[in-house]
Amino acid sequence: MSESLPAKSMLVVVPNPATPELARTLDLGGYGWKAVNTPTAAGESEPDGGWAGAIVDATIDPEAAWAFLRTLRKQPETSLPVLVLIGGAQLSELEHRDDLFDDFCLTPFHPAEIEARLRHLLAGEVQLISADLVEYGPLSLNLETYQASMAGRPLDMTYMEYELLKFLAQNPGKVFTREILLSRVWGYEYYGGARTVDVHIRRLRAKLGEEHAGLIQTVRSVGYRFGESRWES
Amino acid sequence: MSSEQQREYVLRSVEERGVRLVRLWFTDVLGTLKSLAISPAELDNALSDGMTFDGSSIDGFSRVQEADVLAIPDPDTFEVLPWGDPKVPEARIFCDIYNLDGTPFAGDPRQVLRRHMKAANEAGLTFYVAPDIEFFYFEPLTPGAPPVPIDNGGFFDLTTNDITGELRKKTIRTLEAMGIPVEYSFHEDAPGQQEIDLRHTDALTMADSMMTFRHAVREVAARSNVHATFMPKPLEGIQGSGMHVHLSLFQNDENAFYDGDDPYNLSPTAKAFMAGLLRHAPEITAVTNQTVNSYKRLVPGFEAPVHVSWARNNRSGLIRVPIAKKGNPTATRLEYRSPDPTCNPYLAFSLMLAAGMKGVKEGYELPDEADANLFEISDDVLAKLGIGQLPESLAAALATMENSTLVREALGEHIFEWFLRNKRQEWRAYKTHVSAFERDRYLSAL
Repeated sequence: MSESLPAKSMLVVVPNPATPELARTLDLGGYGWKAVNTPTAAGESEPDGGWAGAIVDATIDPEAAWAFLRTLRKQPETSLPVLVLIGGAQLSELEHRDDLFDDFCLTPFHPAEIEARLRHLLAGEVQLISADLVEYGPLSLNLETYQASMAGRPLDMTYMEYELLKFLAQNPGKVFTREILLSRVWGYEYYGGARTVDVHIRRLRAKLGEEHAGLIQTVRSVGYRFGESRWES
Repeated sequence: MSSEQQREYVLRSVEERGVRLVRLWFTDVLGTLKSLAISPAELDNALSDGMTFDGSSIDGFSRVQEADVLAIPDPDTFEVLPWGDPKVPEARIFCDIYNLDGTPFAGDPRQVLRRHMKAANEAGLTFYVAPDIEFFYFEPLTPGAPPVPIDNGGFFDLTTNDITGELRKKTIRTLEAMGIPVEYSFHEDAPGQQEIDLRHTDALTMADSMMTFRHAVREVAARSNVHATFMPKPLEGIQGSGMHVHLSLFQNDENAFYDGDDPYNLSPTAKAFMAGLLRHAPEITAVTNQTVNSYKRLVPGFEAPVHVSWARNNRSGLIRVPIAKKGNPTATRLEYRSPDPTCNPYLAFSLMLAAGMKGVKEGYELPDEADANLFEISDDVLAKLGIGQLPESLAAALATMENSTLVREALGEHIFEWFLRNKRQEWRAYKTHVSAFERDRYLSAL
């Protein structure tokens, strides 16, 4: 895992041209970037690995900026982290637009603040859009590296414990019978029988630790549920 | 469940956790844990092709002319070890031993238990066990001197410096981190003596867990400069360490031992299984109690069984049928009380299962419950009731075992022969020993 920015570090900047202050900040920060005016233009000039994030300056043409973001957010396949630059007098414009941006920065900005916010945004972005990460509360499973952690503490599990926890965590709130778990996680040919599931659940609870053992609930005479029920609380 | 994915999981975990050493674990015929340490770089190869090693160096493995065997790691048993330096993590993985031609190696206890579990499974049954394990904590040993329990305050003293409690807590945390759930733990009657009860699992998983358990208990104790021992009777006149084993058979989710209409809540299968276990108990005792010292625990007066009998609540019997909590058929089980924690769990579980299943297959009749205190009844009366005794010494147990077709078939010729040979040697070595008992009794009088 590299310390520097991943290859996918190209930012899309709106509008075109970018203000000299912003251009200088991004250049000095070592970010690759491209300024565009429309989502279409952003799509056309998108690099191979996709955009890492968007900086939208809403001080110049607020209407166009919000329109750009609305279009962007309608594309389900893109969940670009968005930083909005906004003037102090414009703050009310942010209301009811929480879905359109991830963070904002007041203008005139300090270059160090932009950099700090970008770092934070892009670091978060890796987790946000990664399909390889399953998270539930303090529990995190990295499906690519097979590593699991509870509140940052690594959990050492056997393969079957990991597979069981993964299956449960990917389906929070659902109740599964032992038979379903056995067939989905172990496969039918396994000779341990449905009680194997109970044994593994107990092992998992032991490893999650007393504090988090309740993440896996026993649903009497049915089976098991991970996390809160969908219909309660 | 794909073994390819399992291998990938193990390899990736070793890489991500920065594991520096992988210990390939297996068990010799006497139940001693063996470890073959390899570097992570060799693991990929070991997982696919196994590791060849000289079996003649392991007790009860190969004869010299067929020395080489193959250890193939079972990827589902991969665990990072929770003790040791976290900066240089180590992991363990249990192995099955194979001949170089790929057939299961007859000297491998784990393969023996696998065979029995598979046979039970073909009859639609899974064998579950839960052991209650006793052991002692002693001060560091001084050669020649009697061992000193670490909390020698006596039976009823409340010690303020509760080192045993701390050790037990640390041990349990270690066990749970390795996926071995503990049901209860407490200080036993004797000074320094502990009991840890494990929650049931299938017998193969439990045999692996037992091996891990014994290692973890010793390891955690040694780090506090305490000697932990599973020796069955370390102190004369004080109760020994046993391993009561709770047994049940499940057919999918149903407990095959439970019958709500029976006054004992026992199904015909449970009764026949118990009858099998009782009838063959003397034959399997050499394996469940495999040391000279084991038989010094199996004496009257210390809550250890001597007679071959069963009852619901009688601590002098060999099998106890614990009264299951109301409305919990899954808790119906038999508690087999003679084994001690030095046994080879793979072989001991194999024989308990084989003896019980023989009773089931041949429809053995269960003798009557013996709920009186058998220690107070004379041998003549017991003989009339058909209540026999367990072998009184290792020699007697070996003689009984030698004539057992059941044990011979269940262990396989290789282990059966080797075990008898090895244990006869142990007995012969013991026979030559002149004890303090003899000197005290005879030296001045004779």
